[in-house]
Amino acid sequence: MDPRLSIIPERLRHIDKKIMVVSGKGGVGKTVISSLMALELALMEKRVGLFDLDFNGPSCHIVLGVPEHIMPVEEKGLIPPTFRKVKFMSIRYFAKERPLPLRGEDAVNAIIELLSITRWGKLDYLILDLPPGTSDEVLDIIRLIKDVYALIITTPSKLALETVSRLIQLLKILKVPILGIIENMRRGESKVYDFAKKMDVRYLGALPYDDTLEEALGDVNLLLETKVAKALINIIRSGIIENNGDEQ
Amino acid sequence: MVHEWALAESIVKTVLDIAKERKIKSVLSVEIAIGQLQQIELDILKDALNELKRGTLLEKAKFIFVEEEAEFQCRNCNNIWKFSDVKKDLKADEAEAIHFIPELAHVFIKCPRCGSPDFIVLKGRGIRISAIRGVTNGSPSFDNS
Repeated sequence: MDPRLSIIPERLRHIDKKIMVVSGKGGVGKTVISSLMALELALMEKRVGLFDLDFNGPSCHIVLGVPEHIMPVEEKGLIPPTFRKVKFMSIRYFAKERPLPLRGEDAVNAIIELLSITRWGKLDYLILDLPPGTSDEVLDIIRLIKDVYALIITTPSKLALETVSRLIQLLKILKVPILGIIENMRRGESKVYDFAKKMDVRYLGALPYDDTLEEALGDVNLLLETKVAKALINIIRSGIIENNGDEQ
Repeated sequence: MVHEWALAESIVKTVLDIAKERKIKSVLSVEIAIGQLQQIELDILKDALNELKRGTLLEKAKFIFVEEEAEFQCRNCNNIWKFSDVKKDLKADEAEAIHFIPELAHVFIKCPRCGSPDFIVLKGRGIRISAIRGVTNGSPSFDNS
């Protein structure tokens, strides 16, 4: 019998809202949005944790520019370090820049281990940045964190929308409350609003395509000045803080 | 490596949950399999368990530890080897990373024959509760978990 499973709810007990940031496809901006959302919530005086669970390609630390020497503190488990007022946990602290070829069962074990030893303390929000699609990591977070909310990120591309449709259907089958859809990298007209309506999921708003973003990665001050960051603030107020996905 | 405390909390919580479910009034012993890969400091784990059991149904429980050797099998060439064969090659920070998250073995350990990081941990990964013995309404209860 695996003793780790029973302690996970205990470890997350003092976190008010857990939000997994998901998408149908990769490259739609989940990591940037997760990281920015954590930073902006922290600036709104919320207690925030950010958990990078993309084991094959952890990259929240790149977006935030977390210095190499910052590490979790070992105290009856692991206490995530605080960077720019955000408690940040990632497997990257331990794997550094080396490849981490985890197959299904290994990824599951690593998630369970991290959830059972990480001591977040009291938080208003825990943002979980997950790999794209309906991978083991996503299914496990749904299985292990019973009160998790989903926040869906997509681009206007037809390729992304088809996979998001599949993801939404799965989330509904698994009864995961959906906060809504954020449309990222919008340029001109798009069909995401109509798509969200058709799927009966709240459309939270659009973030513009921003060619200054790449330059700002790794520099929190520059990041917060980008058009994406500024557009995200309103979405956070209406879609994250006030919305509980109850209207599904 | 005070991370053992977190593992001890998991063990005590799990045993208490099971005891409640099976109406066990007093837990007599708990058998815990300790996988070598996680490199648990047994003394620290014992101390943590003894401290955490106070004032619970586990107050009188004896903890029995069964150490399990860690063994790997390469998916690429089928070679089988032991953690003890390669542990000496790990740096202190690498061994510590595996202690926290045993799956990080895939970062720091390679098949000694073909060099692949794509291997199966056949046994000895981490902690498992293998048996709980207790008393229900005066009669002994045995639970092979």
